[in-house]
Amino acid sequence: MLALAPFASLVVRAFGVWGTGLGANPVAMVTDTLGLWGLRLLLATLALSPLRYATGSSDWLRFRRMLGLFAFCYLSLHFTMYVAIDQSFNVGILVEDVVRRPWITLGFTALLLLVPLALTSTRSAMRRLGRRWQQLHYAIYPAALLGCWHYYWQVKRDVRSPLLYAAVFAVLMAARAWHKRAALAQRLTAAPAAPAAHEAR
Amino acid sequence: MPMRPQPGLKPSEITPPEVYAARRRLLTGALGLAAASIVPRALATAQPVGAALAFQRNPALSTTETPNSWDDITTYNNYYEFGTDKSDPSSNAGSFRTRPWSVAVTGEAEVKGSFALEDLLKPHALEERIYRLRCVEAWSMVIPWVGVPLGEVLKRFRPTSKAKYVAFTTLADSRQMPGQRSSVLDWPYVEGLRIDEAMHPLSLLAVGLYGRVLPNQNGAPLRLIVPWKYGFKGIKAIVRISFTGQMPPTSWNRAAPYEYGFYANVNPAVDHPRWSQKTERHIGSGLFAPRRPTLPFNGYAEQVASLYTGLDLKRNF
Repeated sequence: MLALAPFASLVVRAFGVWGTGLGANPVAMVTDTLGLWGLRLLLATLALSPLRYATGSSDWLRFRRMLGLFAFCYLSLHFTMYVAIDQSFNVGILVEDVVRRPWITLGFTALLLLVPLALTSTRSAMRRLGRRWQQLHYAIYPAALLGCWHYYWQVKRDVRSPLLYAAVFAVLMAARAWHKRAALAQRLTAAPAAPAAHEAR
Repeated sequence: MPMRPQPGLKPSEITPPEVYAARRRLLTGALGLAAASIVPRALATAQPVGAALAFQRNPALSTTETPNSWDDITTYNNYYEFGTDKSDPSSNAGSFRTRPWSVAVTGEAEVKGSFALEDLLKPHALEERIYRLRCVEAWSMVIPWVGVPLGEVLKRFRPTSKAKYVAFTTLADSRQMPGQRSSVLDWPYVEGLRIDEAMHPLSLLAVGLYGRVLPNQNGAPLRLIVPWKYGFKGIKAIVRISFTGQMPPTSWNRAAPYEYGFYANVNPAVDHPRWSQKTERHIGSGLFAPRRPTLPFNGYAEQVASLYTGLDLKRNF
């Protein structure tokens, strides 16, 4: 439910209630806010596994689908703002942007990568796809990377904020690698004592 | 030299203030927010503030387009000396001291030295010119500046025949300008014009906005306005004017030479390497207004295109 707060705040500001507003450039303001929250929620989704390693509790994973879908929702709205409101469905410009502007190409690719993930987020899709579901959902890693890169290339000069997001992404990925290594080392040391474990894996 | 109205602008796009005020009231009422009347309203209705200036309008050099609101012009600023967010300058520039202020004049001129701002301006009548402003970030505004023609001021220093360019420098004072504590650009900010560009009647040294003394976030007490160039050429808080024989360095060009050139003429035919310059989003036109086509030289081609005859504008962007 907290993930709805940024959206609610945009709606409140759009109506100018309580003395709020969207500022001088509402299109940029709404588009940027949606994109930024999309990226934040995407990184929050990626933070759940490291939280599980750190706390030893799998409870975190219950939020994974919800956060991932919220991230996708914000990013879809971010894309819709750009297509419908900013560029008024001008196909010529949209095609030129996606093909010729690397930062738009990156953002668009990231969103495309997330589409099958959102479509296969149901329990029945998980059952149907079995092991391939996990493989498919690894696409969130390149999507988040492209998202950070898209943000980095979008800013004019002050890259401190995009670099911060990229750093968070790097830390979350490093946590995964470290956990994997630790788990592997544990299995290797355990292997001589219980040779059967190797086959069971 | 009357400006032509911008072709992309339909009279129906301009919402009269009373109409949008009525819409706001309707929305507030419809939402049943009785409390809205007792809390501070949006600043969008803010009136110009600051000391009033004595000036003459110059309709011949003004566009007939409706100027942006005081609020838009004073809260949506690129002025990295006070922070890189658009809202930073209006938040951080309040205590910036603009009096006393002096400007050093150096280089290839007969008259040089340090001049108090008052003395620099005294011989000139202030005029209001409503200019279009096109930012390199592909947004635009219409702004009623008050100032003096740059060329008239420069002539008083009697530049010599060696003066091919004019260089400008912003104040360096990281205690007053918190943005200068970060290395996002090389400080102080520097800009420059070719001497014929500087002498063009459209080039303006601005000291006011909406008939008032220029707010700090807009470049007080003295800033440059070159309406046919991207906004970053309009250097703010000028402390030095130097006549040079060589093309002077400019801040954005030094920061990213492939993205920002010395000339920086508004040109829809030459895209920024990362984004299109064909269209612009007009500030104040609302959430659902379409982008507008960007005009060569920001609509001032008739007056300034002749300055660039024979110059390859694709290479000299």
